[in-house]
Amino acid sequence: MVSEIVENQVDTTQLIAQSVRELSERLIRPNVRQWDEEQHFPADLFRHLGEQGLLGMLVPTEYGGTGLGYREYVTAIAELARVDGSVGLSMAAHNSLCTNHILLFGNETQKQTYLPRLATGEWIGAWGLTEPNTGSDAGNMRTTAVRVGDEWVLNGAKNFITHGKTGHVAVVIARTGEPNTSRNATAFIVERGTPGFQGGRKEDKLGMRASETAEMLFEDCRIPDSQRLGEVGDGFVQSLKVLDGGRISIAALSLGIAQGAYEAALQYAQERRQFGQPIASFQAIAFKLADLATDIEASRLLTFQAADLKDQGKTTTKESAMAKLFASETAVKVANEAVQIFGGYGYVKDFPVEKFYRDAKLCTIGEGTSEIQKLVISRQILK
Amino acid sequence: MKILVCVTSVPDTTTKITFTDNNTKFNKAGVQFITGPYDDYALARAVELKEKLGGTVTVLNVGEADTEPVIRKCLAIGADDAIRVNADPTDAFFVAEQIAAIAKENKYDLILMGRESIDYNGGQVHGIVGELLGMPSISPVMQLDIDGDTARIVREIEGGKESLEAKLPLVLGCQEPIAEWKIPNMRGIMTARTKPLKVVEPTSKDTLTNVSGYELPAPRGNVKMIPADQVETLIQLLRTEAKVI
Ligand SMILES: Cc1cc2nc3c(=O)[nH]c(=O)nc-3n(C[C@H](O)[C@H](O)[C@H](O)COP(=O)(O)OP(=O)(O)OC[C@H]3O[C@@H](n4cnc5c(N)ncnc54)[C@H](O)[C@@H]3O)c2cc1C
Ligand SMILES: Cc1cc2nc3c(=O)[nH]c(=O)nc-3n(C[C@H](O)[C@H](O)[C@H](O)COP(=O)(O)OP(=O)(O)OC[C@H]3O[C@@H](n4cnc5c(N)ncnc54)[C@H](O)[C@@H]3O)c2cc1C
Repeated sequence: MVSEIVENQVDTTQLIAQSVRELSERLIRPNVRQWDEEQHFPADLFRHLGEQGLLGMLVPTEYGGTGLGYREYVTAIAELARVDGSVGLSMAAHNSLCTNHILLFGNETQKQTYLPRLATGEWIGAWGLTEPNTGSDAGNMRTTAVRVGDEWVLNGAKNFITHGKTGHVAVVIARTGEPNTSRNATAFIVERGTPGFQGGRKEDKLGMRASETAEMLFEDCRIPDSQRLGEVGDGFVQSLKVLDGGRISIAALSLGIAQGAYEAALQYAQERRQFGQPIASFQAIAFKLADLATDIEASRLLTFQAADLKDQGKTTTKESAMAKLFASETAVKVANEAVQIFGGYGYVKDFPVEKFYRDAKLCTIGEGTSEIQKLVISRQILK
Repeated sequence: MKILVCVTSVPDTTTKITFTDNNTKFNKAGVQFITGPYDDYALARAVELKEKLGGTVTVLNVGEADTEPVIRKCLAIGADDAIRVNADPTDAFFVAEQIAAIAKENKYDLILMGRESIDYNGGQVHGIVGELLGMPSISPVMQLDIDGDTARIVREIEGGKESLEAKLPLVLGCQEPIAEWKIPNMRGIMTARTKPLKVVEPTSKDTLTNVSGYELPAPRGNVKMIPADQVETLIQLLRTEAKVI
């Protein structure tokens, strides 16, 4: 027998895609409709995702994470979203926003305290920037943090916060300077159960209904200065950097939703017969499918390009925004056309595409609307 | 405890089956391959036993290089190392001979397989391997516990179950619910990258069988709906059209 040891270097992303797909098909697909109808946030599933290493994908192993890169991370989100956008959104928000903010800007003690719990899914994280009166214009937030001795006193309200109620810990951006000045916001870590902090109303949403979106309310909430993330005044700049990564995850979320809707439509178009033939044999339907497949491929390339640049340590402000803009608009278009291909069956809940249609729309809004992405891109190219 | 798990790389269960070469070869083009589901259960139990009793788990596949993704998944699930016998596995005896040759060299306490492959469904490799090694081979095993050098086994038999005890070493064909289904986690996938995968050449190249042709079942016809109050019509159609009564 001749023997050789072959180098066992594979495209890890392929194995990750396969594994997350298997998990999604087994543990998520059977529940998608019920979770959607009941607006149930599947906390048990998230503990399981934690055990699988999906909640600390970008966190280095010394903090209990899996120490992977953006390429692997976007692969996993897209596979989850292919089956359920809500799970993809919650996973993305937990990893990219809360966990990543602490990873990027926390001090050693903060990282040691929070990252292992977040990375294993023992704790679910939230990230609060948006407020009722300031969404796109987040720089003008009204929630304030006032320094009193060794403490900060937080007052105000955040809304539309993913895991605002069930999150065990939140990164909260509050104003620490005068309105309309630069460097006037600071980020803090606030644990659930801190007096003066509570979850408020849970939103009743069009889509992404299994991902909890809720208010976070602060009323004379006192936290020690040791909970401050980075320097006073750096909160908004930190947030923009967090969003550079976050937007790649929303691009991946969009890609997964588009893929799921497209696969359903592709299969249906070959099975549904009208006028004695499969509807896919009508050029109007076949060309639609060709357009969708092409747009999805373009989304994939933009998303993975941004991920690869991020993995190389490059600044990706423009590429992240482009990927997010294109992939999210594509998701909306694909889901819309998928409903069209299903005809009346696309409009009822027995088939999957109406949910993709509802879920997809979030992608052009969350983590910066499409208009804001164009603002970001144009500022980068008109510098 | 030294465990060998033999795994197949088989077409995904949703694959549309077609043939080439005048219907003598399965057409692999565009087909997604997965680990045989019964083999997955065998591997999952092996990993559980290793976690409980210590030892090593080696996965073995007789196949060409295109089966490596399946092998790597097994490493990610928890096997320590892997062996691929570099050959197109064209019949059960040939495969069994390769497995037996590896087993003779390495002296395993347990050789776990699936009850049957889900491609050619022969259900015979474990039997032949047992014969070649002079060991008992038992299948389909749905429960397996090890107590010292004794295996306690529950086997499915027609209409019931059979409980057995046997001394190691053994060859077993496994099925659910022998273990909890495992999906590789991120850590497993990362560590699998550095686990050894050894490629060896087959001991012999002779195959005892030769496929002269494959045939697919006739496509399912259209469904005819008969209203519930027209039983007479139904009976008549079953007689004249379906010709089943
Ligand atoms: C399901 C869900 C989950 C969310 N999760 C989080 C979270 O975890 N954390 C968090 O902080 N936030 C979260 N958000 C909030 C989200 O980021 C905001 O909704 C988003 O940034 C838009 O803000 P807005 O809703 O206030 O819209 P507005 O800012 O009021 O925008 C309204 C419209 O005006 C347009 N517009 C605004 N400014 C301009 C401009 N300068 N030029 C051109 N057009 C403009 C917008 O594009 C939009 O079309 C979530 C939202 C949803 C729906
Ligand atoms: C008629 C015929 C034609 C075939 N033609 C081809 C072909 O053209 N191309 C091709 O790639 N394969 C071919 N195969 C091979 C097939 O994929 C199997 O690997 C092998 O023949 C054993 O099949 P089985 O159904 O008898 O296995 P079973 O006896 O049903 O398998 C039981 C268990 O044995 C183990 N086992 C089986 N096969 C292997 C293996 N290869 N490596 C490691 N463990 C294994 C597994 O644990 C499996 O669960 C052919 C098989 C047959 C019977």
